[in-house]
Amino acid sequence: MSGVEGYMYPNEITLYWSVLIVLYPYITGLVAGAFILASLVRIFNVKAVAPTYRLALLTALAFLIVAPLPLMFHLGHPERSPEMYFTPHATSAMAMFGYVYMWYLMAVLVFEIWLDYRRDIVHLSQSTTGLKRLLYRVMTLGSDNVSPHALAIDHKVGWIVTLVGIPSAFILHGYVGFIFGSLKSNPWWNSPLMPVVFIFSAMVSGIAAVLLIYMFTAKMRKMPIDMPCVDTTAMYLFYIFILDFSLEMLDLIHRVYEADESFRTLNFMVHTKLYFSQIVLQICIGTLVPLLLLAIVQVTNLPAIIRKRIYVISGCLVQVAVFSMRWNVVIGGQLFSKSFLGYTTYKMALVTKEGLLMAIFLTLLPLAILWVLLKLLPPWPDKELAYIEAAAAPTT
Amino acid sequence: MSLFKDAGHLFRFAFLFVVAFFVFLVVRHFVVPKTFGEYGHYRAAAIGEIAAHPIHFAGHETCETCHADILDVKKAGKHAGVNCEACHGPLANHANDPSIAPPKLDTAVLCIRCHAVSAAKPKGFPQIDPAQHSGGVPCETCHQPHSPAIQTGGAK
Repeated sequence: MSGVEGYMYPNEITLYWSVLIVLYPYITGLVAGAFILASLVRIFNVKAVAPTYRLALLTALAFLIVAPLPLMFHLGHPERSPEMYFTPHATSAMAMFGYVYMWYLMAVLVFEIWLDYRRDIVHLSQSTTGLKRLLYRVMTLGSDNVSPHALAIDHKVGWIVTLVGIPSAFILHGYVGFIFGSLKSNPWWNSPLMPVVFIFSAMVSGIAAVLLIYMFTAKMRKMPIDMPCVDTTAMYLFYIFILDFSLEMLDLIHRVYEADESFRTLNFMVHTKLYFSQIVLQICIGTLVPLLLLAIVQVTNLPAIIRKRIYVISGCLVQVAVFSMRWNVVIGGQLFSKSFLGYTTYKMALVTKEGLLMAIFLTLLPLAILWVLLKLLPPWPDKELAYIEAAAAPTT
Repeated sequence: MSLFKDAGHLFRFAFLFVVAFFVFLVVRHFVVPKTFGEYGHYRAAAIGEIAAHPIHFAGHETCETCHADILDVKKAGKHAGVNCEACHGPLANHANDPSIAPPKLDTAVLCIRCHAVSAAKPKGFPQIDPAQHSGGVPCETCHQPHSPAIQTGGAK
């Protein structure tokens, strides 16, 4: 049989978890990572990355809206999805995701964004016209109280929401790792380190994504890039990336040293079918190269233009690494037989509802949603708005 | 009082949540079947509904009451453990009214369902590549399905 080597049980020959199941943890990871970056400003008081705060929240929201779609396209019957809310099954981790998702979406992200933007929303509801005015008026919930005391209350409540949001972000993405790590039937997935590795790789991908989006939007708006901001973001990216890489290597070393009955099979798989996606893409190109580049920035005094280019290259490579990691986990875990005597091949479809085009569409969709959110709720700092107004004002 | 006044918008947001939760409960009341959860995480009424479905299979004991001669042949062959309706299909109608003839089977298609070659099957299981083995000729030309071994020294 083409694509099958050795002995496979009949139900192992075809992979049922496709590229969309790779995309799902990747997207939720971006959400959790972007939120953690936002929490740096709010909870850990890292002032330097403040220009990315609102952008990070909107990025998290845009990706979170899309997060369930890969699962829905994979499973089909989206009309059945509300059933996990109506008849929740408490012993199923997958079923509980619905509640984790809804909690994170409504009680954390939407609430925090609303609190942070309330002053702007009230101003916009008074300064715009037509449908936009109506929309903003709805978003004010009929309250235009932006007194200093009201805003101070918002700030305090927002701090609490972010504080609650950090463990929520960890639960949201830790749960995704837990789904894989708790599967004792699959030695490629079964590891208590899996949720932790997923959380740290999520932070890495989310921070890198916000860094890229911040630099791209600044370029598009012809605004100067706040170098202390991107330098500090890149510094956090570097440190968290080191932690993430160390944890992944710890997992690897543990597997090599433990060398249980599955080891020969998994080792062979890493050296053959997963060689390009794991060794070349994930570890060498996606991890070691950006780590080296970011380390150079930390120990040298490079000019801003070089640093910016390094951040863009590193940010893109980090996305490659994290996507490859998701790919190697999801696809890799299905390539070998439970008999440890055979391997199959994943043949990605192109135009089916679980094909490559759908995966590309679902990757770009959050960016389109983010574009709408940026138009609706501009996240740019006040000093930038003042800069734009001054530039647009007629000179006398 | 100023705390309540300046936190009024928060109460509005909380009120939205309460309304959404109430709507959820109302919708849930109407969409979740009444008997859901009675015995377990499923709709209890489904048991009765499934039990009320017409029976399609007669069961091999029913077949044997009339077709004892076939049973004797089958018992002696490799297909002794295969139930009649596994090949012949559900025949409750025929059992209730023997004048309803069972559908004619095409052995060129039927036998391949089990005997097409596959690496996943145990080595001892008889399996063939139909194109090479018979070139599309119906299996019953050589094999008697109720006892498929060819008696004159051919394939088992």
